[in-house]
Amino acid sequence: MERIPILKMGEYLLVTIQVDMHDRLALTLQDDLTEQIVKHRAHGVLIDISALEIVDSFIGRMLASIASMARLLDAETVVVGMQPAVAITLVELGLPMKGIRTALDVEKGMTALRSALLEAGHDGDSSGIR
Amino acid sequence: MAIRVVSAESMEIRVSDDIVLVRQAVRKKSVALGFGLVDQTKVVTASSELARNTLDYGGGGKAVLELVENGTRSGLRITFEDQGPGIPNIELALTDGYTTGNGMGLGLSGAKRLSHEFELWSKPGEGTRVSILRWK
Repeated sequence: MERIPILKMGEYLLVTIQVDMHDRLALTLQDDLTEQIVKHRAHGVLIDISALEIVDSFIGRMLASIASMARLLDAETVVVGMQPAVAITLVELGLPMKGIRTALDVEKGMTALRSALLEAGHDGDSSGIR
Repeated sequence: MAIRVVSAESMEIRVSDDIVLVRQAVRKKSVALGFGLVDQTKVVTASSELARNTLDYGGGGKAVLELVENGTRSGLRITFEDQGPGIPNIELALTDGYTTGNGMGLGLSGAKRLSHEFELWSKPGEGTRVSILRWK
């Protein structure tokens, strides 16, 4: 079965969505990611959507659920790389991306994750990423 | 001015992968029409919402993609049709956040906002037809 790869980087997980996701694939990612968060005791998740040409309400809802589930598992989520046209469309669609942190690229996303983790009381020491 | 259909293509919506195929076909046609990236994204996103509605609420159906023109402008019209249970209260169904399923209730209202023209026909027990049009 087709799957979206989840990479471990220190105490973070990195997901790069590179395909036009059908609904089942999006749901599989949700399951896989929550499993990996627990397995690797990850405190942060970076989701790179720079290759996504659209985010509709289904994908938006999936991203929001991932962020909520991750939070329950003690991990912060940052969505990075949203294309400008996607952002414009999401606002007009009326999708409340509440509870989702975003950053322009992976590097800024890492910085955002680190500060989110500091706020949450994790110092990120064990990650080796500075 | 009357709308003239230049070309039409029909696609089945039976399984969730068909939603992806509809998105790709709409993208292709909007590129061919010379839509800018934001317009492409809007019409593809609106189509994705409506294709999913056709599948989830209508039990499947079809999408008809039409290149249209009205003498001065050209545009892309996509019509989604199903023979499902229909929508008992159209006004309510067009309200943001209203849903009878487990979605977010943004499909119809969102697709309407993303389009220049929007038409909805539905009869309980007969089905639903939603049409969106985006001019270039």
